[in-house]
Amino acid sequence: MSQPAPALDPAWVKGVLIALTVLFFAVFIFLPLFLVFAEALKKGWDYYVSAWTDRVAFQAIQLTLLTTAIVVPLNSVFGLAAAWLITKYNFRGKTFLISLLDLPFAVSPVIAGLIFVLVLGSNTPVGAWLGTLGIKVIFAPPGIVLATLFVTFPFVVRELIPLMQSQGREEEEAALTLGARGWQVFLRVTLPNIKWGLLYGMVLCNARAIGEFGAVSVVSGHIRGETNTIPLHVEILYSEYNFTASFAVASILVFMALVTLVLKAWLEHQFEKSEKGDLP
Amino acid sequence: MSIEVRNLVKSFGAYRAVNDISLKVESGELVALLGPSGCGKTTLLRIIAGLENADSGQILLNGEDVTALPVREKKVGFVFQHYALFRRMTVFENVAFGLRVLKGRDKPSRKQISERVNHLLKMVQMDWAGGRMPSQLSGGQRQRVALARALATEPRVLLLDEPFSALDAKVRLELRRWLRKLHDEIHITSVFVTHDQEEALELADRIVVVNKGAIEQQGTPEEVYDKPANAFVYNFLGNVNVFHRRTQDGSAAVGFVRPHDVGLSKVRTKPSDVEGLIVDARIRGRQVAVEVSVAGQERAIEAEIARDAFKALGVAPGDRVFVDLEAITVYAEDYSI
Repeated sequence: MSQPAPALDPAWVKGVLIALTVLFFAVFIFLPLFLVFAEALKKGWDYYVSAWTDRVAFQAIQLTLLTTAIVVPLNSVFGLAAAWLITKYNFRGKTFLISLLDLPFAVSPVIAGLIFVLVLGSNTPVGAWLGTLGIKVIFAPPGIVLATLFVTFPFVVRELIPLMQSQGREEEEAALTLGARGWQVFLRVTLPNIKWGLLYGMVLCNARAIGEFGAVSVVSGHIRGETNTIPLHVEILYSEYNFTASFAVASILVFMALVTLVLKAWLEHQFEKSEKGDLP
Repeated sequence: MSIEVRNLVKSFGAYRAVNDISLKVESGELVALLGPSGCGKTTLLRIIAGLENADSGQILLNGEDVTALPVREKKVGFVFQHYALFRRMTVFENVAFGLRVLKGRDKPSRKQISERVNHLLKMVQMDWAGGRMPSQLSGGQRQRVALARALATEPRVLLLDEPFSALDAKVRLELRRWLRKLHDEIHITSVFVTHDQEEALELADRIVVVNKGAIEQQGTPEEVYDKPANAFVYNFLGNVNVFHRRTQDGSAAVGFVRPHDVGLSKVRTKPSDVEGLIVDARIRGRQVAVEVSVAGQERAIEAEIARDAFKALGVAPGDRVFVDLEAITVYAEDYSI
């Protein structure tokens, strides 16, 4: 029995699209991925490991991890607060606030970095005042944390706003009528409802915080062994023609990206299941 | 536990959702707030619950002023139109929620919670579903769970916001009767909001008809149906034929007569009878709905008569009949439909 032809595009369209996709992935993802590792391992395993464990590289890894350890929790809290404010309350200037949240995505990261230099640099009033207190922000780790905070702010809040909007306020209202206090409503009703979305936003935020280059580059000052993050260290090694070491350190970022991808896929899956109500 | 509302006012911007409403619900009563959508009935209910703040006016529960109390301390049970069950909790945990968030002395033991929840689930005939998630239940089942949840904390009053409107017709009818029975058993002072006049007539001890933020009439279902206070109530409660006329002094008037009060006969029985032409006759349950077109009346008049009477009359579409409109009620025309 012959099946009636479905009202779709002819088979060759599908074939061409698949071929294009495969080609794109091959050129832009798999080939570079392969080359990163090929280049990194060019001088053997020992050299590869030594590029990681080098004192300066180790400092860069430490600073990157420290930055993300500060940035991701803070942006999760800020993002939650902002999403809560926007979705549960009505106030003047709400639309304006929503568009402001996208500012870090709209502005070039380099500009974002420059803003901090212009406001907090040691030759500015604020920077000078902080200097008298012995606090150095620009060309120091605090500046790197601030710049990363700014650049990665939208990830959590952008994930939460549509989710919380679609869920409405009724469950929270029901909890209130049942005698729950504000924090009980948050912990028992709101947080469980948004947890997968929140985690998803945190993973994206984390990935960007690790990989951020532009904004961090401006405020870092590139002081070796002090204010370099992994991406900055990769760039320095590369500009010194130390390709093998550069790619070896870059492979750390690749590993982190792979972990992020797996986490992201798993979270998306959980997220979908929980939206259907199959998961507690 | 009685509810009293005094001179309540609530505006959203320039729009007055509740315009100086005063209302008393006696202890144990089941009262319907009936009105078209956007008339302010839901806002009124939400203000009573404390989910919305009034601009001015007072709410009293059993004579005690609770206007300024936060929702949590008002101790009212609230049932939402779209159930608002906690989607990440089982049915059991949903019902137990109000007990689990209690503090200190009031906090019941694990065993007490379990007993109370199981008792409530049995009462709403959902004891088999304790371990299910809300998404696995039908609309009617969810609403019964929501009701059990609202009753778990032994609220002082029960407020229901369009509790059946998201359900399909058959389940709605079933749940309506079931709620009436439940109320007869537990006698909790209850107020429900509805735009469905049939629901209000069948379920409520007393109906409060609301329009444009104000009360048009309140009374028993018989009172509001048989003796509508004004044209709005007449028109809103039940099917009705509307006549626009000019009175002798020239002012506009509007007349109403319900289809089942319209009489039909083959010969003129009264001088006031109107002659017309049958355009349609359709069976509606045990009744027949007959449409008669009359000169000078734009829309056909609808008459509802028993099937036997229609058969005895021996008429069919296309025949002439005389229409008895003696039951008409006339109001001065001061509003538009």
